[in-house]
Amino acid sequence: MLVVLFSLIQYGISTRMLSQYYQINLTSMCINIILAVSLSLINGFTGQLSLGHAGFMAVGAYAAVIMTTKLDYPFLAALVGAALAAGMAGFVIGVPTLRLKGDYLAIATLALGEIIRVVLQNIDYVNGPAGISGIPKLTTWAWLFGGVVLTLIVVVNLVNSSYGRAIISVREDEIAAELMGINTTKYKVLAFVIGAGFAGLAGALYGHYFYIIKPETFNFMKSFDILVMVVLGGLGSTTGAVIAAIFITILTAALQPFPEIRMILYALILIIVMIYRPQGLMGNKEFSRQTLGRIWGGRK
Amino acid sequence: MQEFIQQLVNGLSLGAIYALIALGYTMVYGIIKLINFAHGDVMMVGAFVGFFSITLLGANIAVAMLLAMTACALLGIIIEKVAYRPLRNSTRIASLITAIGVSFLLEYLTIFFIGPNQKVFPATAFAVKAYDIAGLSILNKDVFVFVSAVALMLVLQYIIKYTKTGKAMRAVSLDMEAAVLMGISVDKTISMTFAIGSALAAAAGVMVGVYYGTINPLMGIIPGLKAFVAAVLGGIGIIPGAMVGGFVIGLLETIVSGYGNSLYRDAVSFGVLILILLIKPTGLFGKDTGEKV
Repeated sequence: MLVVLFSLIQYGISTRMLSQYYQINLTSMCINIILAVSLSLINGFTGQLSLGHAGFMAVGAYAAVIMTTKLDYPFLAALVGAALAAGMAGFVIGVPTLRLKGDYLAIATLALGEIIRVVLQNIDYVNGPAGISGIPKLTTWAWLFGGVVLTLIVVVNLVNSSYGRAIISVREDEIAAELMGINTTKYKVLAFVIGAGFAGLAGALYGHYFYIIKPETFNFMKSFDILVMVVLGGLGSTTGAVIAAIFITILTAALQPFPEIRMILYALILIIVMIYRPQGLMGNKEFSRQTLGRIWGGRK
Repeated sequence: MQEFIQQLVNGLSLGAIYALIALGYTMVYGIIKLINFAHGDVMMVGAFVGFFSITLLGANIAVAMLLAMTACALLGIIIEKVAYRPLRNSTRIASLITAIGVSFLLEYLTIFFIGPNQKVFPATAFAVKAYDIAGLSILNKDVFVFVSAVALMLVLQYIIKYTKTGKAMRAVSLDMEAAVLMGISVDKTISMTFAIGSALAAAAGVMVGVYYGTINPLMGIIPGLKAFVAAVLGGIGIIPGAMVGGFVIGLLETIVSGYGNSLYRDAVSFGVLILILLIKPTGLFGKDTGEKV
């Protein structure tokens, strides 16, 4: 199924059946899926509200762009480097801050995300607030698709492994998990680092598609966008995050001429989802072949 | 030395603004354990109400401030009723996300209705003059901001210490269930808390208008975050802590932008936040209560 989807769209792009407009939105969609799934690992499965996801995206974007434009590394190496750099940033930030709980953690990650942005603005090597422009367009559909598939494989397998069980137990009840002998800090940091790493990958893909990166792109608003996707999809559902990312990207594209209405709508989505369906659209359920089968079986 | 004292004087008025906003954060947190993310945006709404009462109604600065405070007190009550009350018994992450939603709603509704451009706060309402006292240059806007902020804080102290509402607020924040058993209406008390906190934020909003000279729909974000840092610094939920924290952050910020790189100004207060959270999360005045299962 994946291969078919991939080839169909690849065919569409190479025969120019899909116009530039659709290609750009497709790119945003893939990047958003990576971001939403990686944040859902932190916010949804681990239950640690992080508001600094755009900061890690920025680290990845800058790392990759420096590697390709200034150090002449191949794109693959830059992608790996971006993920590693963002993961490392996640480790450095995660180890001290993950001791904090709930709202304090949210504020601390928000503050650190902003600090990353302010620091980038003050580094002359990356042109400060002006950002880096003229980045070669290396992100192709194949890279994007590969990125999405890799993210999904890693996150889904992680969540279903014994590590994943430990991570979910931290969300359910941290004290109980600790009493069961789970090193909660280790698992929280693990989830945080992996989430940050994939955010870095998304940042690298982003930078090499849109020609220009500047610190302002990765501000609190960007983190907020990703949060909306995760909340809408359901805290603790990978498929929910994917669906929400696709939905939000389409919504964003449709409301392009009216940015204020888009933001008002986002805000209303957050409030209404939290009041009436705090578990999000999908809750912590996954949409898989089994559920399809069940629906199919039920209809017979 | 002269310059240093000058920076201190400049920092005092900024600190007073932060302290006023921080008070709202701390009062709300003390009573329902919610970080009211929308608080900075209530301040922004206050600034705009003040702006329009000066430009459209021709009010003077004191009347504008009173109008802004009344409007925002109402706004605070409505926000609490509509958005936070249904979530009072749900998880803290859920209410935090809702608060973020309310914050963005206020910002973008304002942009939608008023437009994203910044507005120049009318100079007619407040003519800026500089006085020269003992070699220090003191602006009358600094004096105005500082004096009115301190006056409001004194009023707040009086309300909290000596009125029935204040006693109820302290009781609810100490133990909500026991307060209910004593016949205190918790809903009313929480509404009052939001009203008072939002009114203080509105006053701060008008002061920001006077202090910086311009206002815009996104002006609430950064001062809101910094005031939150101030509240955490002083120990969130503790009212004198918020005042002290506000002044500390204000002074620190003026000193950093006065001596160092003004681009790092925002990073400094966030750095303070991280340090406080790591070293003493309960803040300067907080007591460690331990964790209950």
